[in-house]
Amino acid sequence: MRRPLKRSNAPIFWGLFGAGGMLSALLGPVLVLITGLAVPLGLLFGSDAMSYQNMLAFAQNWLGKAFAFAVVSLFLWHAGHRIFHSLHDIGIHGGPLAKLVCYGGALLGTLVAAFSLLSIGF
Amino acid sequence: MADKTITVEVLRYRPEQDPAPEFQRYQVPFSDDMSVLQALLYIKDELDETLSFRWSCRMAICGSCGMMINGDPKLSCKTFLRDIHPATVRVEALNHFPIERDLVVVMDDFIDKLERIQPYIIPAEPRSLDQGAYLQTPAQLDKYEQFSSCINCLLCYAACPQYGLNPTFIGPGALALLHRYNADSRDGASAQRMELVAAEEGVFNCTAVGYCSEVCPKHVDPANAVNQNKTTAAADYFARFLKPKGSGK
Repeated sequence: MRRPLKRSNAPIFWGLFGAGGMLSALLGPVLVLITGLAVPLGLLFGSDAMSYQNMLAFAQNWLGKAFAFAVVSLFLWHAGHRIFHSLHDIGIHGGPLAKLVCYGGALLGTLVAAFSLLSIGF
Repeated sequence: MADKTITVEVLRYRPEQDPAPEFQRYQVPFSDDMSVLQALLYIKDELDETLSFRWSCRMAICGSCGMMINGDPKLSCKTFLRDIHPATVRVEALNHFPIERDLVVVMDDFIDKLERIQPYIIPAEPRSLDQGAYLQTPAQLDKYEQFSSCINCLLCYAACPQYGLNPTFIGPGALALLHRYNADSRDGASAQRMELVAAEEGVFNCTAVGYCSEVCPKHVDPANAVNQNKTTAAADYFARFLKPKGSGK
């Protein structure tokens, strides 16, 4: 075993992965149900529930902004971590490149989400 | 003695003569009370004295006779021929370890890791004889008792896909034992062991597959120990930034 031991930076990614996993487990299915089935089919909600105006108002409210940001960015961090480790499991040891693509993608998505949400104002 | 026979396929490797490991078949007469280990002992005594394997207690206490049996890591003393018959018994050296000879694997990597985790109680403060024995409540015992049942049989290492992919990983068995001492109220060395838990070789190699806990013949739950320590290692990682500078690591 190598000495001195190098501290793993995994807690950062594992923490984001865990937070995203918790959030996606709690909200993922119901979000798919609402945005993917119920609203387009006009069930439960009015057919204009996700109209541009309604969604803009939602995203301009600070609470809606926080929700959209958490859902988009944490889901991405969860997916990035999962894909990175699954690649390793099936024998693709991409190393720094796989790390860059998986976590870099999540970081990019986070920045785009933050920028978009801020640019539409409050 | 026996009225039935079973085919036993053993992965042989004798480094001085075999260019690569290969299977050898034996026909073994057996009765319903015979284990796979007893079949191997029959082969050694009656059919082929060159076969090498480790064994000692014959009752799942010593942890010597771990091997792959029809693809699963098992103790051969605890696996019965009657449960496999009429299929063939296929016996191989434990996965993820170099073969020393036949079913005997090289354990050096695990022994090195076992030393690294400091598998003994290190009291927070020295205790003198006149202070008497340590007292422990049943609740305090509960916290570590199951993890103390490990017999170092290495089945969990043969089961762990992450150890197979990256042998620098400390691995399930040693981490379960590390947790056994950390979780003991008499021990005060969790902080010393944290360096290893949080290292690149440490708990974060685990992807929560859980096969280690499934194969453990002593019902230890290494996956649980590893995942509890992910939480403490993550807390330790971020807590560093909250401590004033110069207060130690």
